[in-house]
Amino acid sequence: MLKRVLLLALLTLAAPAHAVQPDEVLADPALEARARQISQVLRCPVCQGENIDESNAGVSRDLRLAVRERLVEGDTDTQVIDYVKDRFGEYVLFEPERSGANLILYWMGPVVLVIALGGVFLWLRGRRKDEAAPTVALSVAEQARLKELLKD
Amino acid sequence: MIVETGHFALILALFVALVQTTVPLVGAHKGWSGWMAVAAPAALAQFLLIATAFAALTYAFVVSDFSLELVYANSHTDKPMLYKVSGVWGNHEGSMLLWVLILSLFGAAAAAFGGALPERLRARVLSVQGSIGLAFLAFILFTSNPFTRIVDVPFNGRDMNPLLQDPGLAFHPPFLYLGYVGLSMAFSFAVAALIEGRVDAAWARWVRPWTLAAWVFLTIGIALGSWWAYYELGWGGFWFWDPVENASFMPWLLAAALLHSAIVVEKREALKSWTILLAIMAFGFSLIGTFLVRSGVISSVHSFANDPERGVFILMILAAFTGGALMLYAARAGEMQAKGIFSMVSRESALVINNILLAVAALVVFTGTVWPLVAELLWDRKLSVGAPFFEKAFTPFMVALAVLLPIGAMMPWKRANLARLVGPLAPAAILTLAVMALVWTMATGRPVLALVSAGLGSWLVFGALAEIWQRAGHTPARIARLPRADWGKALAHGGLGITIAGIGLLMAGQVEDIRVAKAGDSFTVAGFEITLDGVEAVPGPNYTAQRATMEVHRGDRLIATLHPEKRVYPVQAMPTTEADIDNGFWRDIYLVIGDPQEGGGWAVRTYIKPFANWIWAGCLIMAFGGLMSLSDRRYRVAAGARKAAPLTAVPAE
Repeated sequence: MLKRVLLLALLTLAAPAHAVQPDEVLADPALEARARQISQVLRCPVCQGENIDESNAGVSRDLRLAVRERLVEGDTDTQVIDYVKDRFGEYVLFEPERSGANLILYWMGPVVLVIALGGVFLWLRGRRKDEAAPTVALSVAEQARLKELLKD
Repeated sequence: MIVETGHFALILALFVALVQTTVPLVGAHKGWSGWMAVAAPAALAQFLLIATAFAALTYAFVVSDFSLELVYANSHTDKPMLYKVSGVWGNHEGSMLLWVLILSLFGAAAAAFGGALPERLRARVLSVQGSIGLAFLAFILFTSNPFTRIVDVPFNGRDMNPLLQDPGLAFHPPFLYLGYVGLSMAFSFAVAALIEGRVDAAWARWVRPWTLAAWVFLTIGIALGSWWAYYELGWGGFWFWDPVENASFMPWLLAAALLHSAIVVEKREALKSWTILLAIMAFGFSLIGTFLVRSGVISSVHSFANDPERGVFILMILAAFTGGALMLYAARAGEMQAKGIFSMVSRESALVINNILLAVAALVVFTGTVWPLVAELLWDRKLSVGAPFFEKAFTPFMVALAVLLPIGAMMPWKRANLARLVGPLAPAAILTLAVMALVWTMATGRPVLALVSAGLGSWLVFGALAEIWQRAGHTPARIARLPRADWGKALAHGGLGITIAGIGLLMAGQVEDIRVAKAGDSFTVAGFEITLDGVEAVPGPNYTAQRATMEVHRGDRLIATLHPEKRVYPVQAMPTTEADIDNGFWRDIYLVIGDPQEGGGWAVRTYIKPFANWIWAGCLIMAFGGLMSLSDRRYRVAAGARKAAPLTAVPAE
């Protein structure tokens, strides 16, 4: 939560801009909405842990303007994101690419969940068998006794 | 002189901790009562000594003793008194001192209230607690001494970061630390139980209140931090999935899992070794959190210190305690004999599902938090993992948890019949569907998110009410006489629902407007007419402010007059935005004044934030539910009853 603290301290001295400025906003609300959404998944390259939408750094303002420029020229969202990624590297993507080693990151949760649920299921089923066994034995004994009683 | 007394007390505390760690442990092993009896007075003495050191440091901050390097670097004579005091823990050294102070407070509490514990268990618990204190006192004295003097005393200090000069943030660290460090009690009990080789219902009955207290404090601490971010940072963000936030969130998730699994140990004597493992992991994640925050390994601004020496020291503490406890666990966990047998559909298995969801969710948060580190170390890739990832990867676990929670909470122990739950839960399900239909017709923005979150929230709230109604045997007169534990459970679960609904509805329906306005201009945002009356310069105690006066009308009715500010703190040469918020039950109106524009006028931001306060209200209700459970009769009354039990149990050993 405090991540803005140092940033503000460092960056506002140099560039007292504050997140999205009124002069950046596009006239077309649909395009502007897309621009905002894209800005929120792009990381400010000089800050720690802020997206360019909320960052006060000069480079973030430049990036916001660049994103809007690309959108006005008719790029798709993916093209805009790739455009920024090609220039700044995958560091700027707040949502890492789903490829290569990053797949571990994406699959860790679901895989561990399935293993844990499966493990618990097997454990409970196994235990129920243990529990069930003496009950069956008892009823067999009882049946024998019952037979004996019925014979008499 | 006072400062030197504090310094001396801190060094003395280190030696007391050494005694507290070793003597009772040996005593418990050999069965020497005299040696075991050292633990309690040592724990009390350690607390008093660290409290003396803390008081001395506070005194230095209050009187602005700039001969102390720490006071010079973090304080200023013009700073308001509240922030002089909160400045004590608004920096690395002081916050570590607060950490050990709270650690020793918990140790002293266990010594004072633990009279009914079996002698050996108590000695071992206090010994483990003492060893944590020993490690962190050594860390403070050798790498982060708050009592370092300066030879040439400066005239005035460098002041504290203005963003930290805020009432919400003044109390955020103490609550978080009470939570983090509170989990050390569960850890100490777990390690002591592993050394003993025995876990029973009495053990769980001891661990549960400590874990619950830690969880309550963590909940309040996290909520305070989130609330502070909301109103202070100037655009109303409330959670950023920042590594340091995650560092507090992982122990919260594991503490929630632990306090649920400890119920199973207490009531049914099952899941023993899993509960021990959770207790170790919950505190382990507190230590990981401390490491992430204090070492600066993931540079984020929380990391006041970017000093590798400290990082390595904490990493060694982390490795020694978590690793040591896990090795002990590997050696001893097999001796924990589970007694209670339960079927596939039962409250026990519902709590197992709860534990799996919470633990895997914590694992997802952990993986995402450390992934940039791992990628850089192993593949030399510099990448980022941020909010978009966590929102997608984490949310499904919470959705599953919220869907299953009311059903699991209603199940009986041992064996449940799902068909029998349909009746009691049907009204809750119908009401939930009604709320969802209502939200669907009214939602703007992201209707699916609104629908899902409102549905989950109502399901949790109405499910909690349905459970209360069932517990009271459908008799209104009995509702007031239900045990506080039942109310605590209902409040905590309902509070979670309110928080979930608040988060989803805020994210789905928030409206934002950015524009340039001149004095006298009016504009309309989401049906509210907003007028900028003017902006004037106003002096503050240690800052100057540009203060706007803005009126919010709806139709002819004046709803609020708000005064957002832009402040400049000259000592730190740093501007901050002070948003002004009209808090409402259904929505917040959140106004921010920005920079003056070249063509005249000011940049003005308006946010309409629906259901914002529900987020923190839900957290407070959750915390209050925890307190209700904590004050349940069996914890107040059972203290006397327990006294008899150990007397017969001890000679038998």
